Amino acid sequence: MSGTAHPGLNLGAAHGKARDRSEKGAFGFWVFLMSDLIIFGILFATYIVMLPARAGGPGPETLFDLSSIGAQTALLLASSFTYGMASLSMKHGGRRAPVALWLALTGVLGAGFITLEMRDFIHMAGEGGVPSRSGWLSALWALVGLHGLHVAAGLLWIAVMLALLALRGLNDAVKSRLLLLGLYWHFLDLAWIGIFTIVFLGGMA
Amino acid sequence: MTDPIFGRLDGSVTPFDDLFRNPSVNEAVASGAALAVILGVVAVVWMLTRHRLWAPLWRDWLTSADHKKIGIMYCVLAGVMLVRGVLEGVVMRTHQVTALDGGMLSADHFAQLFSTHGTIMIFFVATPLITGLINFAVPLQIGARDMAFPVLNQVSLGLTAAGAGLVMVSLVVGQFGTGGWTMYPPYTGATFSPGPGVDYWLWAIGISGIGSTLSGLNFAVTIYKMRCPGMTWLRMPMFTWTALCTAIMMVYAFPPLTVATAMLALDRYLDFHFFTNDLGGNMMHYANVFWMFGHPEVYIVVLPAYGVFSEISATFAAKRLYGYNSLVIATMAIAVISFCVWLHHFFTMGQGAPVNAAFGIATMIIAVPTGVKVYDWLATLYEGRIRMSVPIIYLAGFFILFVFGGLTGVILANPTIDYQVHNSQFLVAHFHNVLIRGTLFGIFAGIHYWFPKAFGFRLDETLARRAAWLWFAGFCLAFLPLYWLGLMGMPRRSASYDNPAFEPAMWLAFAGGLLVLAALATTVWTFVASIRNRAALACPVGDPWDGRTLEWSVPCPAPAFNFFATPSVRALDPLTIEKAEGTPYEEADGYEDIEMPRNTALGMILAVATGVMGFALVWWVWWLAALALVAVIGAVIARAFVEDTHQRIPADELRQAHLAFLRRVRQTRAVDRDDETGPANKGLARPEVPA
Amino acid sequence: MKDDRRSETIRYVTGALVSGVLTLLAFWVVMGPDLARPVRLWVLAGLGLAQIVVQLRCFLHIGWHSRREDLQLILFSLVLLGLMIGGTIWIMGSLAVRMH
Ligand code: HEM
Ligand SMILES: [Cu+2]
Repeated sequence: MSGTAHPGLNLGAAHGKARDRSEKGAFGFWVFLMSDLIIFGILFATYIVMLPARAGGPGPETLFDLSSIGAQTALLLASSFTYGMASLSMKHGGRRAPVALWLALTGVLGAGFITLEMRDFIHMAGEGGVPSRSGWLSALWALVGLHGLHVAAGLLWIAVMLALLALRGLNDAVKSRLLLLGLYWHFLDLAWIGIFTIVFLGGMA
Repeated sequence: MTDPIFGRLDGSVTPFDDLFRNPSVNEAVASGAALAVILGVVAVVWMLTRHRLWAPLWRDWLTSADHKKIGIMYCVLAGVMLVRGVLEGVVMRTHQVTALDGGMLSADHFAQLFSTHGTIMIFFVATPLITGLINFAVPLQIGARDMAFPVLNQVSLGLTAAGAGLVMVSLVVGQFGTGGWTMYPPYTGATFSPGPGVDYWLWAIGISGIGSTLSGLNFAVTIYKMRCPGMTWLRMPMFTWTALCTAIMMVYAFPPLTVATAMLALDRYLDFHFFTNDLGGNMMHYANVFWMFGHPEVYIVVLPAYGVFSEISATFAAKRLYGYNSLVIATMAIAVISFCVWLHHFFTMGQGAPVNAAFGIATMIIAVPTGVKVYDWLATLYEGRIRMSVPIIYLAGFFILFVFGGLTGVILANPTIDYQVHNSQFLVAHFHNVLIRGTLFGIFAGIHYWFPKAFGFRLDETLARRAAWLWFAGFCLAFLPLYWLGLMGMPRRSASYDNPAFEPAMWLAFAGGLLVLAALATTVWTFVASIRNRAALACPVGDPWDGRTLEWSVPCPAPAFNFFATPSVRALDPLTIEKAEGTPYEEADGYEDIEMPRNTALGMILAVATGVMGFALVWWVWWLAALALVAVIGAVIARAFVEDTHQRIPADELRQAHLAFLRRVRQTRAVDRDDETGPANKGLARPEVPA
Repeated sequence: MKDDRRSETIRYVTGALVSGVLTLLAFWVVMGPDLARPVRLWVLAGLGLAQIVVQLRCFLHIGWHSRREDLQLILFSLVLLGLMIGGTIWIMGSLAVRMH
C-alpha cells in the first residue's frame, strides 16, 4: 500500500494500521465527493436547460441580491481558510484547543452563510419567486438548496467533531475524520464557486 | 383530506377490499399475490421461531460485516425477488394470450405488472445479484481479508433491502405505479398519477440507488487499495477487472438516477415544475437524465457477467485465458463508451438528425469491444480440454442467444430503423435476450461456480444441468417469437390487441413462459436437494474445479478471515502456477495478528429506518417520516462514537487453523477432471495440463 | 513542496488571497464595466475555473506530484461530467430549437 499520506495528516510512523485506514478513507471520500460532483453537475445542467423556462414568472433582476451573494461568498471563503488553519494546527501542534477553536470559528462562519442564504430565500419567496412558480425557479431552488443542505450537514458534522474532540481528544480516529471533513468543507466552497459564477453572476451579466 | 396520523392510509388500501367489493379474475390475481407475500412472511417467521433461528440469524448474518456473508445475503434477497419477477413475467404472458380484444386482467393491473416486473428485474434482481457476486468473490480474488469499508458494505445491503421491501409491501398495501420501470413523466406526475404507486417506485429506487452508489465506491476503493503484495493491475483476475469497471460505473451512473428521482419527487410532493406540462416544465429532460443512468446500468449488470464467463471459460477448458490484455482494454472501453450513448433510448423524441447520428454511431462502436470479448472466449475454449458442466452450458447458451440480442442491438442503434421498431415487441425481445443471456446466465454460472466456496458443498450437477437446459429452452421460446411480433407491429406494454395474427406467436411465448416456470422450480429444487445431500457433495479442501485464482487456494467454505497468511502473487493465475510447481499447499513463512471488523447493527437499523421513512413518505405520514429521518441521522452519528470496532485474531490461532487445513489436504485423495462432478471430488484437484 | 508549518500556512494564505481577488474581479465584471453579455460570461467562466484550480491546489493539496491518484480521479470525473453536461446541453438545445 504505497502512496504518500495526505498532507493534512500526521499520524506518525508507528501507526501503520491507522495510516492505511486513513489512506483508504481519504481515497474513498474523494470517490464519494466525485459522485456528489456528478449530482451537482446534473443539477447545473438542469439549471441551464431550464434557463428559458420562466413561464412569465419573476427573473434574476427582481430576485437576486448581489451584495448578499458577495457576503455569502466571503463567509464561505473565510470558513474554508479557517478550516485550513484547523488542519494545520492538527498536523503540527497536536493540541486540541487550537483545533477546536478554528473548527468552531469555521462553524460560525458557515452558520453565517446559511443565515444569509435563508434570508435570501425568504426574500425571493416574498417577491413571488417560489419554486412552484416556474421551471427555472424549480431548478434554482433545487440547485442552491442542495448546496445549502450540504452546508447544513457540514455544520452538523462540525458539531459532532467538536463533541468528539472534547470527549476523546486528538486521537487517530478523530484526526482521520477531521481530514475527511476538511475535504468535504473545501469541496463545498468549490461547488459554491460554480453557483455564484453561473447562477448569480451569470444571471445578472 | 389527509389524516394527520395516518396520512393517506385507510382501510380500503388492500386488494382484499377490492376483491370483496368487486370479485373478478383480475382482483383474484391481485389478492392472490398479496396473500402469497403475507403467507411467505408468516412461513418464514414461523420457521425461524420453530427452529430457534432468530439469534443465529441476527448474530451470524444480519449484523455481520463479513463481505462473504453480505454477498450471500444480496443473492438471497435477489433470489426472492427473482421468484416474484419471473412469476409476474409468466402472469403477463398468460394475460397476453387471452388479450385479443380484452384479457383476463384489467389494463391497469397489467400496467402495474410490467412496471413492477421491470423495476424488480433491473434494480432488485440483476443489480443485487451482481453486487452479491462481486462482494463475495473480489476480496478473495485479490487476496484481501475484507472490503475497504465493511460497515458501509452492510449499510449498502440495508438500503437495497429497504427498497426491495417497499416494492414487496406495495403488493399488500396500495398499488404500484403504472408508468413502466422508467416512470416517465408527465404521466407519472402528480396531475395524472396522484395515487401512491409512483411514490413507491420513487422511494424504492431512491433509497436502493444510494445503496448501489456506496457499493460501487466500496468496490472501487477495495480494488484500488487492498490488493495483496504482487497483485499488480495486470495480474488481477478478469472478474475483478470487470468488477472494477462496474464499480466505477456505479459511482458515476447512479447519481443521475438519484437526481432524476429526486426531481420527480420534488414535482410530486412540493409542486416543483421540472417535468410538468405547465409553467415551464420539460418532461423530455427526465428521459435525458434517466438514461444517463439507464444505459450505463445495463453495462453495470452485464460486465461482471462477462467477468464470470472469462473465469469459467479458462477454468473449465483448463487453459489460460486467451487475450487477457485485450479483454482488459475491451472492458474499460465498454465502460467509458457506455457513458456516451444514452440517447439511443429516445431517438424518436424529436432532436435533430446530427444528434441522433452521433449517438447511433457511438452505440454501434460498443459492438466492437464486445465482439473482441466473444472471440477471446471462443479462442480460450479452442483446443481446450472442455468439460460440459453447468457453467459451460450457460456459456454456450450465452454464445448462441446473446448474439441475437447483440446484433438486434446494433440494428436498433440505427436511428432510421429504430423509428420503425421503437417501443415494439422487437425491443422487448432485444433487451430480454441481452439481459437474460448476458446478466442472468452469467450470474447463474457464477453461482454454480462459487457456491462451494460459499457453503462448502457443490450443487447437484444433474439437477443443475436440467435447470440450465430448461432456462435455455424456455427463454428461446419465450423471447425469439417476440422479434416476429415486433416486426408485425405489436407495441410493447400492450394490455390488449385486436390483430388475431399476433396470437400464434403469443402462444409460443406463453409456452416458453411455462418452461421458464419449470426452470425456476428445478432451480429451487436443485438448491433443496443439494442442501439435503450436502455431506456427499462436500469439498472441504476448496478446489473442486481445478481453479486458477487465489480464492480456490483456501478451504470451502472460506474462513471468515479469508487467508491464513496474506498471499503474495508473482503472475496471472497464481494457483495454477503453484499447482504446476507442486507447491500449492504449504505452510506460510510467517503469520501475523489480524484485525477483523466486529459485528454491528448499523446496517439493519438503517434498513428499517429508511424503509419506514419510504413507506411514511408514500402515504404522507409526515410525522413518521420525520421520526425515521432523525433515526437515520442519529444512528450514523452514534456510530461515530463507537470506539471498539475491530477484533483481533492472534497469529497463532491462524497458524493452528492453517496446519489443520494442511493436514486435511494431505489426507484427501486428489481427483481427475473426469470425476469432477462425482462424489469423489472432495476439493483436491489433480491438475490436468501444466500452466 | 515543503512540509513545514510556515510554508503550509503561506500556501493557505495565498490561496485565500488569490481566491478573494478572483471573486472580487468576477463581481466587478458584472457590476462594473459596460461589456457585452457574451464577453462577461466568458470572463466569468475563466475566473471561476481559475478559482477552482487555485483552491484545489492550495486548500486540497492536489498537484502533479502530490496526490497524483486523486488528481487522476478528478480529471476522470471531469471527463464524464463534461460528457453529461455537454450532451445534455446539445440534446436539449436541439430539442428546444426544433420544438419552436
Ligand atoms: C423470467 C422470465 C421473464 C419473463 C416471462 C418476462 C416477461 C416480460 C414481459 C411479458 C414483459 C412486458 C413486455 C411488454 O411491455 O410488452 C417484460 C418486460 C420487462 N422485462 Fe421481463 N421477463 C422475464 C425476465 C426478465 C429479466 C431476467 C429481466 C432483467 C434482468 C427482465 C426485464 C424486463 C424489463 C426491464 C421490462 C420492461 C418493463 C417495462 O416495460 O417498463 N425480464 N418482461
Ligand atoms: Cu442503452
